[in-house]
Amino acid sequence: MDPLKEPVPVMPTAHYAMGGIPTTLWGQVIKDEKNTVVPGLYAAGEAACVSLHGANRLGTNSLGDLVVFGRRAGIHAARFARDADYHELTEEHLGESRERIERIKNSTGKEKVAALRAELQQSMMDNASVFRTGELLQKQVEILKELMDRYKRISIDDKGDAYNTELVEALELGYLLEVSEALVHSALNRTESRGAHAREDYPERDDENWLKHTLAYKVEDGKVAFRYKPVVLGRFEPKARTY
Amino acid sequence: MQVTLKILRFDPAKDKKPRWETYQVEAEPTDRVLDLLHKVKWYQDGSLAFRRSCGHGICGSDAMLINGKNRLACKTLVKDLGSVITVEPIRGLPVEKDLIVDMEPFFAAYRAVKPYLINDEPPPQRERLQSPEERARFDQGTKCILCASCTTSCPVFWVNGTYIGPAAIVQAHRFIFDSRDRGKRERFKALGSGSGVWRCRTAYNCTEACPREIPVTQLIEEVKRAILFDSF
Repeated sequence: MDPLKEPVPVMPTAHYAMGGIPTTLWGQVIKDEKNTVVPGLYAAGEAACVSLHGANRLGTNSLGDLVVFGRRAGIHAARFARDADYHELTEEHLGESRERIERIKNSTGKEKVAALRAELQQSMMDNASVFRTGELLQKQVEILKELMDRYKRISIDDKGDAYNTELVEALELGYLLEVSEALVHSALNRTESRGAHAREDYPERDDENWLKHTLAYKVEDGKVAFRYKPVVLGRFEPKARTY
Repeated sequence: MQVTLKILRFDPAKDKKPRWETYQVEAEPTDRVLDLLHKVKWYQDGSLAFRRSCGHGICGSDAMLINGKNRLACKTLVKDLGSVITVEPIRGLPVEKDLIVDMEPFFAAYRAVKPYLINDEPPPQRERLQSPEERARFDQGTKCILCASCTTSCPVFWVNGTYIGPAAIVQAHRFIFDSRDRGKRERFKALGSGSGVWRCRTAYNCTEACPREIPVTQLIEEVKRAILFDSF
Protein backbone atom coordinates (compact mmCIF):
# COMPACT_ATOMS: atom_id res chain seq x y z
CA MET A 1 0.00 0.00 0.00
CA ASP A 2 0.95 3.65 -0.45
CA PRO A 3 0.84 5.50 2.91
CA LEU A 4 0.21 8.79 1.11
CA LYS A 5 -3.10 7.47 -0.28
CA GLU A 6 -4.32 4.79 2.13
CA PRO A 7 -4.30 4.39 5.92
CA VAL A 8 -1.56 2.08 7.25
CA PRO A 9 -3.15 -1.14 8.56
CA VAL A 10 -2.25 -1.66 12.23
CA MET A 11 -3.09 -4.73 14.30
CA PRO A 12 -1.77 -6.48 17.40
CA THR A 13 0.15 -9.72 16.98
CA ALA A 14 1.39 -12.51 19.22
CA HIS A 15 4.91 -11.29 19.85
CA TYR A 16 6.30 -13.47 22.64
CA ALA A 17 5.25 -16.43 24.74
CA MET A 18 5.87 -16.16 28.48
CA GLY A 19 6.41 -19.45 30.26
CA GLY A 20 7.61 -22.55 28.45
CA ILE A 21 9.65 -25.64 29.23
CA PRO A 22 10.77 -25.29 32.88
CA THR A 23 14.55 -25.38 33.33
CA THR A 24 17.21 -24.98 36.00
CA LEU A 25 19.67 -22.07 35.89
CA TRP A 26 21.83 -24.32 33.66
CA GLY A 27 19.09 -24.93 31.07
CA GLN A 28 18.39 -28.50 32.24
CA VAL A 29 14.76 -29.40 31.68
CA ILE A 30 12.84 -30.13 34.89
CA LYS A 31 9.69 -32.18 34.92
CA ASP A 32 7.89 -31.52 38.17
CA GLU A 33 7.39 -29.23 41.15
CA LYS A 34 10.34 -30.88 42.97
CA ASN A 35 12.70 -29.67 40.22
CA THR A 36 13.51 -33.21 39.04
CA VAL A 37 15.92 -32.92 36.11
CA VAL A 38 15.42 -34.86 32.84
CA PRO A 39 19.04 -35.93 32.21
CA GLY A 40 20.48 -34.76 28.88
CA LEU A 41 17.52 -32.60 27.86
CA TYR A 42 18.09 -28.83 27.61
CA ALA A 43 15.99 -25.80 26.66
CA ALA A 44 16.86 -22.11 26.27
CA GLY A 45 15.40 -18.92 24.88
CA GLU A 46 11.72 -18.34 24.20
CA ALA A 47 10.98 -22.08 24.32
CA ALA A 48 12.27 -22.29 27.89
CA CYS A 49 11.13 -20.90 31.21
CA VAL A 50 14.02 -20.18 33.58
CA SER A 51 11.42 -18.03 35.34
CA LEU A 52 13.18 -14.78 34.60
CA HIS A 53 10.23 -12.81 33.23
CA GLY A 54 7.30 -13.58 35.49
CA ALA A 55 3.95 -13.08 33.80
CA ASN A 56 5.08 -10.22 31.57
CA ARG A 57 8.41 -10.25 29.79
CA LEU A 58 9.66 -6.65 29.52
CA GLY A 59 11.27 -5.16 26.41
CA THR A 60 14.73 -6.57 25.44
CA ASN A 61 14.79 -8.97 28.41
CA SER A 62 14.25 -11.81 25.94
CA LEU A 63 17.63 -11.13 24.38
CA GLY A 64 19.31 -11.06 27.81
CA ASP A 65 17.63 -14.37 28.66
CA LEU A 66 18.80 -15.89 25.38
CA VAL A 67 22.41 -14.72 25.62
CA VAL A 68 22.93 -15.62 29.29
CA PHE A 69 20.95 -18.85 29.59
CA GLY A 70 21.67 -20.03 26.03
CA ARG A 71 25.37 -19.89 26.94
CA ARG A 72 24.85 -21.62 30.28
CA ALA A 73 22.73 -24.36 28.68
CA GLY A 74 25.43 -24.86 26.02
CA ILE A 75 28.21 -25.12 28.61
CA HIS A 76 26.26 -27.62 30.68
CA ALA A 77 25.17 -29.68 27.67
CA ALA A 78 28.80 -29.89 26.49
CA ARG A 79 29.89 -31.11 29.94
CA PHE A 80 27.06 -33.64 29.96
CA ALA A 81 27.92 -34.92 26.47
CA ARG A 82 31.60 -35.38 27.41
CA ASP A 83 30.76 -37.78 30.24
CA ALA A 84 27.60 -39.45 28.88
CA ASP A 85 27.52 -42.77 27.06
CA TYR A 86 25.43 -43.38 23.97
CA HIS A 87 22.17 -45.16 24.58
CA GLU A 88 21.04 -47.85 22.22
CA LEU A 89 18.26 -46.53 19.97
CA THR A 90 15.73 -49.35 20.01
CA GLU A 91 12.55 -49.83 18.01
CA GLU A 92 10.69 -49.05 21.22
CA HIS A 93 12.16 -45.54 21.16
CA LEU A 94 11.84 -45.06 17.40
CA GLY A 95 8.42 -46.61 17.03
CA GLU A 96 6.30 -43.67 18.15
CA SER A 97 8.07 -41.13 15.91
CA ARG A 98 8.06 -43.46 12.93
CA GLU A 99 4.38 -44.22 13.42
CA ARG A 100 3.53 -40.52 13.69
CA ILE A 101 5.31 -39.80 10.36
CA GLU A 102 3.89 -42.83 8.52
CA ARG A 103 0.37 -42.05 9.72
CA ILE A 104 0.52 -38.57 8.17
CA LYS A 105 2.18 -39.78 4.95
CA ASN A 106 -0.27 -42.64 4.39
CA SER A 107 -3.40 -40.76 5.41
CA THR A 108 -6.12 -40.25 2.81
CA GLY A 109 -8.07 -37.86 5.06
CA LYS A 110 -9.66 -34.71 3.69
CA GLU A 111 -8.28 -32.16 6.19
CA LYS A 112 -5.49 -29.79 5.06
CA VAL A 113 -2.68 -28.48 7.25
CA ALA A 114 -2.80 -24.84 6.10
CA ALA A 115 -6.57 -24.51 6.55
CA LEU A 116 -6.52 -26.13 9.99
CA ARG A 117 -3.58 -23.99 11.09
CA ALA A 118 -5.37 -20.82 9.94
CA GLU A 119 -8.42 -21.80 12.03
CA LEU A 120 -6.20 -22.49 15.04
CA GLN A 121 -4.44 -19.12 14.68
CA GLN A 122 -7.65 -17.13 14.22
CA SER A 123 -9.52 -18.80 17.09
CA MET A 124 -6.55 -18.47 19.49
CA MET A 125 -6.32 -14.78 18.57
CA ASP A 126 -10.08 -14.31 19.14
CA ASN A 127 -10.50 -16.34 22.33
CA ALA A 128 -7.13 -16.68 24.10
CA SER A 129 -5.47 -13.33 23.50
CA VAL A 130 -4.09 -11.06 26.27
CA PHE A 131 -7.58 -9.97 27.35
CA ARG A 132 -9.65 -13.11 27.98
CA THR A 133 -12.68 -14.36 29.89
CA GLY A 134 -13.69 -17.75 31.26
CA GLU A 135 -16.45 -17.90 28.69
CA LEU A 136 -14.13 -17.33 25.72
CA LEU A 137 -11.48 -19.71 27.05
CA GLN A 138 -14.10 -22.43 27.60
CA LYS A 139 -15.23 -21.89 24.02
CA GLN A 140 -11.62 -22.28 22.85
CA VAL A 141 -11.29 -25.53 24.86
CA GLU A 142 -14.12 -26.94 22.74
CA ILE A 143 -12.67 -25.56 19.49
CA LEU A 144 -9.30 -27.17 20.29
CA LYS A 145 -10.97 -30.53 20.90
CA GLU A 146 -12.59 -30.30 17.49
CA LEU A 147 -9.37 -29.19 15.78
CA MET A 148 -7.42 -32.06 17.42
CA ASP A 149 -10.01 -34.48 16.18
CA ARG A 150 -9.79 -33.09 12.64
CA TYR A 151 -5.98 -33.13 12.88
CA LYS A 152 -6.18 -36.93 12.91
CA ARG A 153 -7.64 -36.73 9.39
CA ILE A 154 -5.01 -34.51 7.73
CA SER A 155 -3.25 -35.74 4.60
CA ILE A 156 -0.33 -34.35 2.58
CA ASP A 157 0.65 -34.36 -1.13
CA ASP A 158 4.37 -34.92 -0.62
CA LYS A 159 5.11 -38.59 0.15
CA GLY A 160 8.89 -38.24 -0.35
CA ASP A 161 11.74 -38.38 2.17
CA ALA A 162 13.96 -35.57 0.82
CA TYR A 163 13.27 -32.09 2.22
CA ASN A 164 9.64 -32.92 2.90
CA THR A 165 8.74 -29.49 4.26
CA GLU A 166 5.03 -30.29 3.99
CA LEU A 167 5.51 -33.16 6.45
CA VAL A 168 7.42 -30.81 8.77
CA GLU A 169 4.54 -28.32 8.70
CA ALA A 170 2.07 -31.13 9.45
CA LEU A 171 4.13 -32.32 12.46
CA GLU A 172 4.51 -28.75 13.69
CA LEU A 173 0.75 -28.23 13.56
CA GLY A 174 0.36 -31.16 15.97
CA TYR A 175 2.76 -29.48 18.39
CA LEU A 176 1.00 -26.11 17.98
CA LEU A 177 -2.26 -27.77 18.98
CA GLU A 178 -0.65 -29.29 22.09
CA VAL A 179 0.96 -26.00 23.15
CA SER A 180 -2.36 -24.19 22.54
CA GLU A 181 -4.09 -26.72 24.75
CA ALA A 182 -1.60 -26.20 27.61
CA LEU A 183 -2.01 -22.42 27.25
CA VAL A 184 -5.82 -22.32 27.11
CA HIS A 185 -6.44 -24.80 29.93
CA SER A 186 -3.90 -23.03 32.19
CA ALA A 187 -5.44 -19.63 31.44
CA LEU A 188 -8.92 -20.93 32.20
CA ASN A 189 -7.68 -22.47 35.44
CA ARG A 190 -5.95 -19.28 36.68
CA THR A 191 -8.80 -17.17 38.10
CA GLU A 192 -6.91 -13.88 38.50
CA SER A 193 -5.14 -11.29 36.34
CA ARG A 194 -1.33 -11.14 36.28
CA GLY A 195 0.99 -9.53 33.71
CA ALA A 196 -0.10 -10.44 30.19
CA HIS A 197 -2.81 -12.76 31.50
CA ALA A 198 -5.72 -10.29 31.82
CA ARG A 199 -8.91 -12.09 32.84
CA GLU A 200 -11.72 -9.56 32.41
CA ASP A 201 -13.87 -11.67 34.76
CA TYR A 202 -11.07 -11.71 37.40
CA PRO A 203 -9.38 -8.28 36.99
CA GLU A 204 -7.40 -8.32 40.28
CA ARG A 205 -4.08 -10.01 41.05
CA ASP A 206 -4.59 -12.67 43.73
CA ASP A 207 -1.24 -13.38 45.42
CA GLU A 208 -2.86 -15.41 48.18
CA ASN A 209 -4.03 -18.12 45.77
CA TRP A 210 -1.99 -17.62 42.60
CA LEU A 211 1.54 -16.49 43.45
CA LYS A 212 2.77 -19.78 41.96
CA HIS A 213 3.84 -21.34 38.68
CA THR A 214 1.44 -23.56 36.77
CA LEU A 215 2.83 -26.89 35.51
CA ALA A 216 0.49 -28.33 32.86
CA TYR A 217 0.45 -32.09 32.10
CA LYS A 218 -1.38 -33.58 29.16
CA VAL A 219 -3.63 -36.46 30.22
CA GLU A 220 -5.36 -36.99 26.89
CA ASP A 221 -6.76 -34.81 24.09
CA GLY A 222 -8.92 -32.20 25.79
CA LYS A 223 -7.75 -33.09 29.31
CA VAL A 224 -4.96 -31.28 31.14
CA ALA A 225 -3.81 -31.82 34.75
CA PHE A 226 -2.08 -29.15 36.86
CA ARG A 227 0.63 -29.04 39.47
CA TYR A 228 2.17 -25.94 41.03
CA LYS A 229 5.62 -24.67 41.92
CA PRO A 230 6.39 -21.78 44.31
CA VAL A 231 7.77 -18.53 42.87
CA VAL A 232 11.31 -17.62 43.99
CA LEU A 233 10.97 -13.90 44.66
CA GLY A 234 14.53 -12.87 45.54
CA ARG A 235 14.94 -9.27 46.60
CA PHE A 236 11.89 -7.83 44.85
CA GLU A 237 8.39 -7.96 46.31
CA PRO A 238 5.59 -8.12 43.71
CA LYS A 239 3.75 -4.81 43.45
CA ALA A 240 0.77 -3.53 41.50
CA ARG A 241 1.72 -1.87 38.22
CA THR A 242 0.04 1.51 38.65
CA TYR A 243 1.72 3.69 36.02
CA MET B 1 -4.93 -9.65 -9.86
CA GLN B 2 -4.13 -12.99 -11.50
CA VAL B 3 -0.47 -13.93 -11.51
CA THR B 4 1.08 -16.66 -13.63
CA LEU B 5 3.78 -18.17 -11.48
CA LYS B 6 6.33 -20.38 -13.25
CA ILE B 7 8.51 -22.36 -10.90
CA LEU B 8 11.50 -24.48 -11.89
CA ARG B 9 10.94 -27.69 -9.97
CA PHE B 10 13.06 -30.76 -9.29
CA ASP B 11 12.26 -33.85 -7.27
CA PRO B 12 15.38 -36.01 -6.84
CA ALA B 13 13.20 -39.13 -6.43
CA LYS B 14 11.34 -38.67 -9.72
CA ASP B 15 13.03 -36.22 -12.08
CA LYS B 16 16.16 -36.65 -14.19
CA LYS B 17 16.35 -32.89 -14.78
CA PRO B 18 14.46 -29.80 -13.59
CA ARG B 19 11.04 -29.07 -15.12
CA TRP B 20 8.85 -25.94 -15.31
CA GLU B 21 5.55 -26.00 -13.49
CA THR B 22 2.98 -23.21 -13.97
CA TYR B 23 0.46 -22.03 -11.35
CA GLN B 24 -2.30 -19.42 -11.50
CA VAL B 25 -2.43 -17.46 -8.25
CA GLU B 26 -4.78 -14.71 -7.11
CA ALA B 27 -2.62 -11.97 -5.60
CA GLU B 28 -2.59 -8.39 -4.36
CA PRO B 29 -0.02 -6.10 -6.02
CA THR B 30 1.47 -5.64 -2.52
CA ASP B 31 1.91 -9.39 -1.96
CA ARG B 32 5.46 -10.65 -1.80
CA VAL B 33 6.76 -13.50 -3.91
CA LEU B 34 6.98 -15.46 -0.65
CA ASP B 35 3.20 -15.03 -0.23
CA LEU B 36 2.65 -16.49 -3.71
CA LEU B 37 4.87 -19.48 -2.91
CA HIS B 38 2.88 -20.04 0.29
CA LYS B 39 -0.41 -19.85 -1.64
CA VAL B 40 0.83 -22.57 -3.98
CA LYS B 41 2.25 -24.74 -1.20
CA TRP B 42 -0.70 -24.39 1.19
CA TYR B 43 -3.63 -24.46 -1.22
CA GLN B 44 -2.53 -25.95 -4.57
CA ASP B 45 0.49 -28.25 -4.35
CA GLY B 46 1.92 -29.17 -0.95
CA SER B 47 4.96 -30.86 -2.46
CA LEU B 48 6.59 -27.55 -3.45
CA ALA B 49 9.76 -27.15 -1.39
CA PHE B 50 11.52 -23.89 -0.52
CA ARG B 51 13.34 -22.43 2.47
CA ARG B 52 12.05 -19.49 4.50
CA SER B 53 12.18 -18.56 8.14
CA CYS B 54 11.75 -15.00 9.43
CA GLY B 55 9.79 -13.70 6.42
CA HIS B 56 11.18 -10.15 6.57
CA GLY B 57 14.62 -10.08 5.05
CA ILE B 58 16.91 -10.81 7.98
CA CYS B 59 17.43 -14.60 8.18
CA GLY B 60 18.74 -14.99 4.61
CA SER B 61 16.86 -18.23 3.87
CA ASP B 62 14.81 -17.39 0.78
CA ALA B 63 17.20 -16.05 -1.85
CA MET B 64 15.90 -17.16 -5.27
CA LEU B 65 16.32 -16.29 -8.93
CA ILE B 66 13.15 -14.23 -9.50
CA ASN B 67 12.50 -12.97 -13.03
CA GLY B 68 16.17 -13.56 -13.79
CA LYS B 69 17.62 -11.71 -10.78
CA ASN B 70 18.77 -12.98 -7.39
CA ARG B 71 16.48 -11.56 -4.71
CA LEU B 72 14.81 -12.44 -1.42
CA ALA B 73 11.28 -13.81 -1.98
CA CYS B 74 10.18 -12.05 1.23
CA LYS B 75 11.28 -8.59 0.05
CA THR B 76 10.15 -8.72 -3.58
CA LEU B 77 6.67 -7.35 -4.33
CA VAL B 78 4.36 -8.53 -7.09
CA LYS B 79 3.75 -4.93 -8.30
CA ASP B 80 7.45 -4.60 -9.10
CA LEU B 81 7.41 -7.76 -11.26
CA GLY B 82 4.15 -7.80 -13.22
CA SER B 83 1.68 -10.60 -13.80
CA VAL B 84 4.13 -13.24 -15.07
CA ILE B 85 6.72 -14.27 -12.50
CA THR B 86 9.42 -16.92 -12.87
CA VAL B 87 11.16 -18.44 -9.85
CA GLU B 88 14.27 -20.65 -10.04
CA PRO B 89 16.79 -21.82 -7.45
CA ILE B 90 19.94 -19.69 -7.04
CA ARG B 91 22.65 -20.83 -9.46
CA GLY B 92 25.97 -22.58 -9.00
CA LEU B 93 25.02 -24.76 -6.02
CA PRO B 94 23.61 -28.31 -6.39
CA VAL B 95 19.79 -28.37 -6.33
CA GLU B 96 18.45 -30.67 -3.59
CA LYS B 97 14.75 -30.23 -4.33
CA ASP B 98 12.73 -27.50 -6.13
CA LEU B 99 14.09 -24.17 -4.79
CA ILE B 100 16.29 -25.73 -2.09
CA VAL B 101 20.01 -25.90 -2.90
CA ASP B 102 22.91 -27.51 -1.02
CA MET B 103 24.44 -24.56 0.88
CA GLU B 104 27.41 -26.57 2.17
CA PRO B 105 29.99 -25.32 -0.42
CA PHE B 106 28.87 -21.77 0.41
CA PHE B 107 29.33 -22.27 4.16
CA ALA B 108 32.65 -24.11 3.64
CA ALA B 109 33.96 -20.91 1.98
CA TYR B 110 32.52 -18.87 4.85
CA ARG B 111 34.33 -21.01 7.43
CA ALA B 112 37.60 -20.83 5.44
CA VAL B 113 37.95 -17.06 6.12
CA LYS B 114 37.59 -17.61 9.91
CA PRO B 115 34.62 -15.27 10.38
CA TYR B 116 35.18 -14.54 14.07
CA LEU B 117 37.34 -12.22 16.15
CA ILE B 118 40.94 -13.44 16.43
CA ASN B 119 43.01 -11.78 19.14
CA ASP B 120 45.28 -13.69 21.55
CA GLU B 121 46.39 -10.59 23.48
CA PRO B 122 45.34 -10.73 27.15
CA PRO B 123 41.86 -9.20 27.45
CA PRO B 124 41.75 -5.76 29.12
CA GLN B 125 39.98 -5.17 32.43
CA ARG B 126 36.78 -4.28 30.57
CA GLU B 127 35.86 -4.15 26.86
CA ARG B 128 38.28 -3.93 23.93
CA LEU B 129 37.48 -0.30 23.17
CA GLN B 130 36.87 0.99 19.66
CA SER B 131 36.21 4.53 18.41
CA PRO B 132 33.08 5.28 16.34
CA GLU B 133 35.39 5.87 13.34
CA GLU B 134 37.05 2.46 13.81
CA ARG B 135 33.62 0.81 14.05
CA ALA B 136 32.43 2.61 10.91
CA ARG B 137 35.38 1.23 8.89
CA PHE B 138 33.79 -2.25 8.62
CA ASP B 139 30.12 -1.30 9.09
CA GLN B 140 28.96 -2.25 5.60
CA GLY B 141 30.05 -5.88 5.91
CA THR B 142 28.14 -6.32 9.18
CA LYS B 143 24.87 -5.99 7.23
CA CYS B 144 25.46 -9.34 5.45
CA ILE B 145 22.77 -11.97 6.15
CA LEU B 146 24.56 -14.86 4.34
CA CYS B 147 21.71 -15.33 1.85
CA ALA B 148 24.16 -16.26 -0.98
CA SER B 149 22.52 -13.86 -3.47
CA CYS B 150 25.94 -12.39 -4.29
CA THR B 151 27.99 -15.58 -4.57
CA THR B 152 25.40 -17.37 -6.70
CA SER B 153 25.10 -14.40 -9.10
CA CYS B 154 28.87 -14.37 -9.74
CA PRO B 155 29.91 -15.68 -13.20
CA VAL B 156 33.31 -16.75 -11.85
CA PHE B 157 31.56 -18.88 -9.19
CA TRP B 158 29.26 -20.44 -11.81
CA VAL B 159 32.21 -21.79 -13.84
CA ASN B 160 34.57 -22.42 -10.91
CA GLY B 161 32.77 -23.69 -7.82
CA THR B 162 36.00 -23.65 -5.79
CA TYR B 163 36.14 -19.80 -5.94
CA ILE B 164 35.67 -18.59 -2.36
CA GLY B 165 33.03 -16.11 -3.58
CA PRO B 166 31.86 -12.57 -2.67
CA ALA B 167 29.99 -13.46 0.54
CA ALA B 168 33.05 -15.06 2.19
CA ILE B 169 35.18 -12.06 1.16
CA VAL B 170 32.63 -9.64 2.65
CA GLN B 171 32.79 -11.63 5.90
CA ALA B 172 36.61 -11.55 5.82
CA HIS B 173 36.51 -7.77 5.24
CA ARG B 174 34.34 -7.36 8.32
CA PHE B 175 37.18 -8.74 10.51
CA ILE B 176 40.28 -7.65 8.55
CA PHE B 177 39.26 -4.01 8.99
CA ASP B 178 38.17 -4.42 12.63
CA SER B 179 40.69 -2.55 14.83
CA ARG B 180 40.36 -5.25 17.54
CA ASP B 181 41.24 -8.15 15.25
CA ARG B 182 44.72 -9.63 14.82
CA GLY B 183 43.92 -12.52 12.46
CA LYS B 184 44.28 -11.00 9.00
CA ARG B 185 47.39 -13.04 8.06
CA GLU B 186 45.49 -16.28 8.84
CA ARG B 187 42.66 -15.12 6.60
CA PHE B 188 45.03 -14.03 3.83
CA LYS B 189 46.07 -17.71 3.41
CA ALA B 190 42.62 -18.62 2.09
CA LEU B 191 41.96 -15.24 0.45
CA GLY B 192 45.33 -15.05 -1.36
CA SER B 193 45.23 -18.62 -2.68
CA GLY B 194 44.35 -19.67 -6.23
CA SER B 195 40.67 -19.92 -5.32
CA GLY B 196 40.70 -16.62 -3.38
CA VAL B 197 40.09 -12.93 -4.14
CA TRP B 198 42.25 -12.80 -7.29
CA ARG B 199 39.60 -14.84 -9.14
CA CYS B 200 37.29 -11.82 -8.95
CA ARG B 201 36.84 -10.12 -12.34
CA THR B 202 34.77 -7.20 -10.98
CA ALA B 203 31.62 -8.18 -12.88
CA TYR B 204 29.59 -6.24 -10.27
CA ASN B 205 26.80 -8.88 -10.32
CA CYS B 206 27.30 -9.34 -6.57
CA THR B 207 26.78 -5.66 -5.81
CA GLU B 208 23.60 -5.59 -7.90
CA ALA B 209 22.27 -8.79 -6.29
CA CYS B 210 22.84 -7.85 -2.64
CA PRO B 211 19.45 -7.32 -0.89
CA ARG B 212 21.26 -5.47 1.91
CA GLU B 213 22.81 -2.89 -0.43
CA ILE B 214 26.36 -3.76 0.57
CA PRO B 215 28.86 -2.42 -1.99
CA VAL B 216 30.25 -5.94 -2.35
CA THR B 217 32.65 -5.28 -5.25
CA GLN B 218 34.17 -2.33 -3.37
CA LEU B 219 34.78 -4.47 -0.28
CA ILE B 220 36.39 -7.18 -2.44
CA GLU B 221 38.74 -4.59 -3.94
CA GLU B 222 39.65 -3.34 -0.45
CA VAL B 223 40.56 -6.88 0.57
CA LYS B 224 42.69 -7.27 -2.57
CA ARG B 225 44.55 -4.08 -1.66
CA ALA B 226 44.97 -5.16 1.96
CA ILE B 227 46.66 -8.38 0.78
CA LEU B 228 48.78 -6.50 -1.77
CA PHE B 229 50.04 -3.83 0.65
CA ASP B 230 50.63 -6.39 3.38
CA SER B 231 53.40 -7.92 1.25
CA PHE B 232 55.48 -4.70 1.22
